[in-house]
Amino acid sequence: MADFARSDAYLSALLQEVHSVGAARAPFTIGRRSFFKLTGAGVAGLVLGFHLGDTAFAAEPANGNDAANQAMNAFIRIAPDNTITIYSKCPEIGQGIKTSFGVIIAEELDADWAHVVMEQADINPKVYGSQGAGGSTSIPRAWNQLRQAGAGAKAMLVAAAAQAWSGDPSQITTRDSVLTHTASGRSATYGSLAAAAAKMPVPDPKSLKLKTRAEYRLIGKRYRGVDDPKVVSGQPLFGIDVQRPGMVYATYTKCPAAGGKVKSFNADEIKRQPGVLDAFAIEGTGLVVEVMPGVAIIARDTWSAFQAREKLRVDWDLGEASTDSTSHFSALAKEVAASFPQKADDNVGDVDKSFANAAKTVEAYYEYPFAAHVPLEPMNTTAHWHDGIMELWVPTQQPDRGLPLIGKVAGVVPEKVVMHQTRVGGGFGRRLVNDYACEAAAIALKVDAPVKLQWSREDDFAHDFYRPAGYHQFKGAIDRGGRLDAWQEHFITFTADGKKEASGANLTDNLRYSIKAPNLRRGKTMFPLKIPTGAWRAPGDNAQVFAAQSFMHELSLASGRDHVEFLLDAVNRDVPELAPKDASVNFSPKRATDVIKMCADKAGWGKTLPKGSGLGLAWCYSHAGHVAQAVELSVDADKSIRIARIVVVLDVGPIINMAGSEAQAQGASTDALSTAMGLKITIENGRIREQNYNSYPILRMPFAPMNIDAYFIQSDNPPTGMGEPAFPALAPALGNAIFAATGERVRKLPLRDLGYSLAA
Amino acid sequence: MLTLTVNGQSRDVDVPDDMPLLWVLRDHLSLVGTKYGCGVAQCGVCTVHVAGKPVRSCQLLVGDVGTRPIVTIEGIGATPNGAKLQQAWMEIAVPQCGYCQAGQIMSATALLDANPQPDDADIDAAMAGNLCRCGTYIRIRRAIKNAAAKSA
Repeated sequence: MADFARSDAYLSALLQEVHSVGAARAPFTIGRRSFFKLTGAGVAGLVLGFHLGDTAFAAEPANGNDAANQAMNAFIRIAPDNTITIYSKCPEIGQGIKTSFGVIIAEELDADWAHVVMEQADINPKVYGSQGAGGSTSIPRAWNQLRQAGAGAKAMLVAAAAQAWSGDPSQITTRDSVLTHTASGRSATYGSLAAAAAKMPVPDPKSLKLKTRAEYRLIGKRYRGVDDPKVVSGQPLFGIDVQRPGMVYATYTKCPAAGGKVKSFNADEIKRQPGVLDAFAIEGTGLVVEVMPGVAIIARDTWSAFQAREKLRVDWDLGEASTDSTSHFSALAKEVAASFPQKADDNVGDVDKSFANAAKTVEAYYEYPFAAHVPLEPMNTTAHWHDGIMELWVPTQQPDRGLPLIGKVAGVVPEKVVMHQTRVGGGFGRRLVNDYACEAAAIALKVDAPVKLQWSREDDFAHDFYRPAGYHQFKGAIDRGGRLDAWQEHFITFTADGKKEASGANLTDNLRYSIKAPNLRRGKTMFPLKIPTGAWRAPGDNAQVFAAQSFMHELSLASGRDHVEFLLDAVNRDVPELAPKDASVNFSPKRATDVIKMCADKAGWGKTLPKGSGLGLAWCYSHAGHVAQAVELSVDADKSIRIARIVVVLDVGPIINMAGSEAQAQGASTDALSTAMGLKITIENGRIREQNYNSYPILRMPFAPMNIDAYFIQSDNPPTGMGEPAFPALAPALGNAIFAATGERVRKLPLRDLGYSLAA
Repeated sequence: MLTLTVNGQSRDVDVPDDMPLLWVLRDHLSLVGTKYGCGVAQCGVCTVHVAGKPVRSCQLLVGDVGTRPIVTIEGIGATPNGAKLQQAWMEIAVPQCGYCQAGQIMSATALLDANPQPDDADIDAAMAGNLCRCGTYIRIRRAIKNAAAKSA
């Protein structure tokens, strides 16, 4: 238990970090940072870097040394031929950040987007600050930083032009990577003045005037992904595509029940298998987020390693291994649901008094299962231990957080870990954990060549950090005016350390702000769990919003009022105790109201539908986004569901890339439908039953909804992320629509367990 | 030693006959555009063309390929429908994470090669074997239709 507890602390800290970034306040403020520039031989044109307030690093680097190379990988490089290279600091996991980051910098730089080249930055938190991609935080964290990087470079170009033309900087205009002196009509490309610009003083970030929204020329338009040409032609981009000279290949086999240790294995037989170069056991650090015990097989290619593994026989020590079982948890949760929670969380007003005086009370029990991430690119890392350096190519969402862990595994300081970012073939939260990178490092220590660790799909299913199941016993009260008066919730969840919720298994605060019952009582009971859990697209919200917004619909029906009216009434209640305590939380009843109203309007709320058809709506505040979703569907006698239309309305502030945001809204809605309909992980005696996609039915083309209309309310608030907010409200909208069509309430996921299917 | 014809080129490989074509392409011919996703023909990211037909290369043993020509995502742009589909994919920004898209384009190209004007049911049937975890199906369908419209 102790080891699991320690690793869970890492995950909790990580989750807290990705959750703590609200929209209203970017974590890097102007006063804490400064620019640096780089000039010198071997550096063509202007290189404008950027770093946190670490003055030591700002020293002019000598030619060609390490510092110079780092600076070359800072944000912007302008070449004499007017090509502008912009370095994207965060991982591209499909959320489109490599494109959006470029657009933000190019906007303030007044760059010609057609001649911008986007490159992935290497990992160096000293230069770039946070380099993770999680919690839909990349945009809000980087927004000011990137705009200032662009504006700072532009100011230096303008200063150089003013000096060259003996003009006043205020008379210099910029557009499409060209500087123009309005009085004389002289003009020059950025590239031609880049070298001169590099000699200008670095501006104080505070002196930079950033554009207003009315001045945007690039932000808000539609952009294809900057890597799309390489994606559609199969060029190497992903971690799995990495090839190094002399590279060998590895598999790593861990105990199918989490926590099991290697006693022995048939090493001699494995080493005799065709193509096998070596095989050895690794004790590991005993932490699931680093390296658990296992057996590495090294071979000349992936197939030989996979084939040899078919012959692998490991004698596992199961003394500390998981014996968890989902059927046991399900039964136990139902038993304890009606009893008093182990721990109280919220207690606002007087719930008992409200129930005593209520016009109506409603009770319901909701549950949802464990879920796996299983992005299509299986976990992998290429690692090379050479010259006292651990060099890795990793498809990860948290490269910067991986540095110290890999350093620990390799026995070197983090500065001796060189990590290259690759494109990531899907994250969904799985790759917030760097376990596979740590494993690759542990293996590389024993291999005299670059080695690519390749997980099989079965490894991915068996060794995930699962979205935890959850069970909610609700009781609500409606007062005599038909308003929500009390909300009582007993949340049954999991703990890894016996003290607090396991990673991703806590009630999110979002419901406190968004369901403003004046009398609120929430508490929890936690079951011990050894199976690792973690952040899964829109952690917490991805399932809790299903339970809560479905129950809100039940309450609205009991109130006799229109559902939308009931929701708007609740969100606009003034309950000071439930206001966000953290100033960085940007929750706004006004923004919630606007998205709910617009969603109802666009979905045709109140229209008459034929028998067997229904319209359902739900909303959420999630990952700094305000979102409402509506589903219109029909259900036939065989419980086959035909989705007529999905409407998504979001307020995430100004949109950077409209094509990308629309894709995220549609993709998250599709993912949420897929998950609600069919996805479930079953644990039996500490082992995961589902081993591949044939038992984990991710939605396929014939069943995918084709009418998903996304609308954006582009408020003047700072922009926030799009990766997660469009997920949580889809499932309750779906369940509410099924109720509207059939009168049957969905209180359990996935829907296939209740006999529902999607019509092709 | 086996001799394969890949993207119009003759390539010699020293691998066992029972190695799936997928791993020969990726590990021995450095054609990494063809992806590994499940190993059991459930996800479609490993789709290539063998003698013009879409095949899950994780299931085809290299010894069974014989002299049939192989086309991978790296070579599909040299075919008229492949080029049209790649263009259509970029025009409406289909990819999110992008990992499945090589397989999607290979399946879509085989579809248009056999049926230049597919309807929705044809698209469903041809694309059902290709998973997209990001949920880009709306744009995949639109891109196929846009490419088909250019042939009309």
